[in-house]
Amino acid sequence: MTEKLKRKDFVSDQEVRWCPGCGDYAILAAVQKCLADTGSKPENTVFVSGIGCSSRFPYYVKTYGFHSIHGRAPSIATGLKLTNPDLEVWVITGDGDALSIGGNHLLHALRRNVNLNIILFNNKIYGLTKGQYSPTSNEGTKSPTTPFGSVDYPINPVSFALGSGATFVARAIDVDAKSLGPILAAAKAHKGASLIEVVQNCPIFNDNVWDAVTNRKTATTNQLRLEDGKPLLFDNGNKGIRLTDDLTPEIVEVGEGKVAESELIVHKENGSAAYHALLASMAAPEFPQPLGVIKQVERPSYDELALAQVDQVLKERGKGDLNALLNSGMTWTVGPDGRPEQ
Amino acid sequence: MESSTTGTSTKGGSGSPIPTPPGHQEVEEVVVRFAGDSGDGMQLTGTEFTKAAALAGNDISTFPDFPAEIRAPAGSIAGVSGFQLHFSSTDIHTPGDAPNVLVAMNPAALKANIDDLVVGGTCIINTGTFTKPNLAKAGYESNPLEEEALQKKYEVHPIDINKMVNAALEETELTSKEKGRCKNFFALGLMCWRYERDVEPQLANIRAKFKKKPHLGEANVLAFKAGFNYGLTAEVFQTTYEVKPAAFEPGLYRNITGNEAIALGIVAAGQLADCPVLFSGYPITPASTIFHYLSNYKNYGVTTFQAEDEIAGAGAAIGASYGGAIGVTASSGPGIALKGEAIGLAAMIEVPLVVLSIQRGGPSTGLPTKTEQSDLYQSLYGRNGECPIPIIAAKTPADAFYCAIEATRIATKYMTPVILLSDGYIANGAEPWKLPQVEDLTPFPVTHLKDANGWMPYKRDEETLARAWVAPGTKGMEHRVGGLEKDFLTGNVSYDADNHQKMCQVREDKVRGVANDYGDMDIEGEESGDVLIVGWGGTHGALRQAAGVLRGQGKNISHVQIRHVWPLNPKLGELMKNFKKVIVCELNMGQLRTIIRSEFLVDVEGYNKMQGKPFTVAEICNAVSELV
Ligand code: SF4
Repeated sequence: MTEKLKRKDFVSDQEVRWCPGCGDYAILAAVQKCLADTGSKPENTVFVSGIGCSSRFPYYVKTYGFHSIHGRAPSIATGLKLTNPDLEVWVITGDGDALSIGGNHLLHALRRNVNLNIILFNNKIYGLTKGQYSPTSNEGTKSPTTPFGSVDYPINPVSFALGSGATFVARAIDVDAKSLGPILAAAKAHKGASLIEVVQNCPIFNDNVWDAVTNRKTATTNQLRLEDGKPLLFDNGNKGIRLTDDLTPEIVEVGEGKVAESELIVHKENGSAAYHALLASMAAPEFPQPLGVIKQVERPSYDELALAQVDQVLKERGKGDLNALLNSGMTWTVGPDGRPEQ
Repeated sequence: MESSTTGTSTKGGSGSPIPTPPGHQEVEEVVVRFAGDSGDGMQLTGTEFTKAAALAGNDISTFPDFPAEIRAPAGSIAGVSGFQLHFSSTDIHTPGDAPNVLVAMNPAALKANIDDLVVGGTCIINTGTFTKPNLAKAGYESNPLEEEALQKKYEVHPIDINKMVNAALEETELTSKEKGRCKNFFALGLMCWRYERDVEPQLANIRAKFKKKPHLGEANVLAFKAGFNYGLTAEVFQTTYEVKPAAFEPGLYRNITGNEAIALGIVAAGQLADCPVLFSGYPITPASTIFHYLSNYKNYGVTTFQAEDEIAGAGAAIGASYGGAIGVTASSGPGIALKGEAIGLAAMIEVPLVVLSIQRGGPSTGLPTKTEQSDLYQSLYGRNGECPIPIIAAKTPADAFYCAIEATRIATKYMTPVILLSDGYIANGAEPWKLPQVEDLTPFPVTHLKDANGWMPYKRDEETLARAWVAPGTKGMEHRVGGLEKDFLTGNVSYDADNHQKMCQVREDKVRGVANDYGDMDIEGEESGDVLIVGWGGTHGALRQAAGVLRGQGKNISHVQIRHVWPLNPKLGELMKNFKKVIVCELNMGQLRTIIRSEFLVDVEGYNKMQGKPFTVAEICNAVSELV
């Protein structure tokens, strides 16, 4: 029996160089702990990242790591999985990396359902390049490139993932180790692409941008902790979410003389597309922000299907004989007299 | 002008003894061009006629020329598709400068091709398509068949092929549209008669081709016989021609296009390297067919992946190489431009990557279906930073097979991306290839290091300067790589000034060191003389043939075609000194010439063409003659 690894066994010798107070530290610790807790093997684990603050992540984990180029990590990870499907592959990315320059790759990794665990650090800002607004920045964000406020409508990573046909979509908070840990473990256990949006604070360029969600004082009213099969309840069970006649969510008071729990929407990880879209549309402070596993369904992964097809062809046709392949097509033999033989 | 003869029997044909044609003439070589609307099946006709020539033992070289639009308006000039075949009783290397025979299936095909036909050449025209609307679509104000100019310059044979085919197929139950699709086989039959081809193998070919739709196969057989018998009985042609077999080395031959050869070369390379291959690409003309072929070879150790874009095509290939397989990607100019950053990443993390660049006319979208050699600078310089990588260029369709193997050998031995340059001309052109035996190809098994003893991620082999290939999954060798500058040994991120200098130098030295594997240069002609013609890539045939023609005229001309374009063979510098003049002929504005000048400080001349077309032998002869 091999000795059970601890978190520190996944800590590399490289000095971590994020800013003090950056949410990335907490995510790194949670991931390292998850690797240890779930029995990951360092030699079988690979972290692939793009470019950005979060993408330095692979240097700090004592496994295989590949800090690649901006936005392209999902494509590299796809090639890696097709080569060695037994590897446990994590993709580390940020809001700019995943949803701006790399939007196309993320879309296709999700729709193909490549067996990857994708962690999207969403701090709603470009940190590494010093604070420009990002595709997830709130409207009106003032930044070096938008000194008068941004005017474009932000993209919601959860909606993006659902729209791409993702089979596992979750959301968690960077410093909330208690819930982040199990979500990481669930993502790892999921066969296919899992996307976790981690609500991450960048104290340097976008401090408290997630305050409405993460502030402890308003947590009970602004956070909706999802549990499969349980009604959408929050505020210590005093409030819940119900569907109106025109299919929009509404907040209702729950309890005796108020709305009965049975009228609330019940969370289903494998629920309808409409329900998941509805969850994705809910955001603090108007609604409590959904946290936890939003969607999880079973669908064969791309790497599994693609490699099964190779096996199938091998089975049907046998291992190819290269000489025979070369000799196929339009061939003719020239005899010793230099003339074609008929 | 219409032929009054309709004595074509649908029942006659190969069974009856072939009467001696009125005139029989032996010729050394012929260049035929079939031209018609994209939907007329000219590529198929050309390919079938090529088979007939190959089976008769002729040396062959072909070049298809099709429009960029899949279905340009029927009858328009833009929609004309052509196929040129050069067949000969002697050794040939090009599809021929200009056709001696043109088969034009409609007015647009005539208009687009007639000026290429040699004066006095034969022009077979399907008059059945010379209707007013078709003439207008081709931009003819009047019917050229009714004008003297055409008759004066060429031997014109107007035949209503539409009518003849309809008559031949009268008793079939084909729709008139289906009947129309058979007329290319009439043309094929007629040409087979003219060049004294055996009928039976052709009929067998047609039946095999339409195995799944036998009724169409039989209809095409009828159309073929109608064409053949028309030649035999119509008495409009006075002569048939015989091109004797060329002298070939004994062996098994295959007609091969460049893209087929590259695909087979990649399969072979994987087996010689004893390593799985992941091909990951994105559709683009003229590279796509490599992808098509490889997708069928899943039981030969090749996995294929159609990526979401060109960048991901390179990305997935790099992911595969990082994982221990041979990552291969293919594209053409615009796609290679998109892959540039990823190729730089592969150079930085030092993993093998084979990039197949099938050049086409540029810049931008340029001329997708036309050939050009204008992406040499892109291959050499198209990345940020100091990023040298080896470059190989295939000389001929068959050579592309060996080049794919060589590119993979270099990529795995030196742990580097390698670009293999081909072009639209090689990709689609075909030539006979004496098939190698796999046992005769030199294996180059790769090693994935599994022993951490004394290993560091960027420690190098003293001879090749390559780092070791360690695949994830190997215990005790977990390490991190990435696009940031690396420490010389540990591979950790390093911003150290001296380290960066050292790393740039070692990457340069490593790639320069690839030249240590080169042998002598492959020179045609003497090693000294008046003019050395230097070329690279797909111009090989024209340059070689031109040099031969000039030597035949008593001139001291030699030719060298460069296969290893980067790093260049140092012996080229010595060789050039032995000639009074050096001329670099390329289908660009002088890219290799500039590189040779800067590498060897030699004042070489250039001959350049930017027309989306290959060189003709005559052009090269003229250009070189001016130098002596
Ligand atoms: S800039 Fe922001 S996101 Fe980047 S390391 Fe600093 S705090 Fe973290």
